[in-house]
Amino acid sequence: MSDWIWIAMCVLFVIIGPLIGCILAGIDRKISARMQNRVGPPILQPLYDVKKFLAKEQVTPNKVQDFYVMVFLLFTIVTGAMFFAGMDLLLVIFSLTLAETFLVLAAYSSGSVYSQIGAQRELYVAMAFEPIILLMAICYYMHTGSFSVSGIIESGSMSVIPLLGVFVAFMFGLTMKLRKSPFDLSLSHHAHQDIVRGMATEFSGRTYASLEIAHWYESVMLLGMVALFFADGTWVGAAVGIVIALLAWVLEIWIDNGFARMTWQTALKSGWVVGLVLGVGNVAVLLLM
Amino acid sequence: MSGTTKSPWLLHYDASSCNGCDIEVLACLTPVYDVERFGVINTGDPKQADIFLVTGAVNDQNKEVVKQLYDQMPEPKVVVAVGVCACSGGIFRDCYNILGGVDKVIPVDVYVPGCAARPESIIDGVVKGLDVLEKKRLKLREEEGKR
Repeated sequence: MSDWIWIAMCVLFVIIGPLIGCILAGIDRKISARMQNRVGPPILQPLYDVKKFLAKEQVTPNKVQDFYVMVFLLFTIVTGAMFFAGMDLLLVIFSLTLAETFLVLAAYSSGSVYSQIGAQRELYVAMAFEPIILLMAICYYMHTGSFSVSGIIESGSMSVIPLLGVFVAFMFGLTMKLRKSPFDLSLSHHAHQDIVRGMATEFSGRTYASLEIAHWYESVMLLGMVALFFADGTWVGAAVGIVIALLAWVLEIWIDNGFARMTWQTALKSGWVVGLVLGVGNVAVLLLM
Repeated sequence: MSGTTKSPWLLHYDASSCNGCDIEVLACLTPVYDVERFGVINTGDPKQADIFLVTGAVNDQNKEVVKQLYDQMPEPKVVVAVGVCACSGGIFRDCYNILGGVDKVIPVDVYVPGCAARPESIIDGVVKGLDVLEKKRLKLREEEGKR
């Protein structure tokens, strides 16, 4: 594929990404409500929420918190843009972690006990998630001989069959990364949690709005990573990838509604067990193939 | 309707209620009433809330808590007193530890009577609160324009 397609994808992500993320979040709330036998809010409800937060007064405990959240938003956009521009997958993974680090720093910067506990839990969840996503990159390299997203797509075959183990592990990690129950221990997207609002306890006004917008970008990028398993450089592969990614979103909503929140110990253990067994197993299979 | 009135997030605080009104507040979220239809979210965080729902009369111990929760909420904000105890002290009015209604401590915008207040009247009170919220928002905007 020519360079123009990658540049177009990158620009499309930055402009249309949040809109798709917003609609996905709205669909999430609608389906969740229907699962609980309720009518639920309008599909564009997340947009109304963000609009309101942008107009509200800003209450900030210190000077650096808002800066950190802005950097989190910026790095999330950069990460997604790099992914959709077909750049190096390792760079995407590291900058995704960097973005998350800034969110953790923002939560740590305030004196609130709730956001501090949330930040600690986020670090544990990151520890559970990182091995999975790194093993995913390694498996892609072993299978296609390239770390770059464009190289993986242009390899010409769907990676999902030889990378089945790591795909299942990634779907497991997706629940952590999207902060869905049972792994929503650091910051639940539902308004009530055991630690008030977790990491976002001290966020208000514009800061909270930018956190939401970053989540929209993040969900689109993570679903893009799901679709990458099915991409083979043709339109059919792209269509299959998008359909599977949307199904994965519905599956996440179902998991979110069906499971209670885990403790960080269980989250960490299960993340490592699933990641190591399926991920390392997949590496072994690829070595033997 | 502007963005503010389409997404009112509630903060619910039980001052010294008998729990009757609290159960009715939570009943608003159940499938029967489902206030999330209107974008209402029952949040636990004052920094993200727009409407402060107080149930029960205020006593000596929690008047500081009520004040602090009110102060932590960003403008524009609205206070809704739910139930007769929150409005005036109710049957606890003459108790030695009760100060009276919520308006003894913080300014109240909407009074919802009833013992316990019915979910329908609570929703009605919140909708009345939304009008006040919109007026406050426009007023704040005007003041910002003058500056």
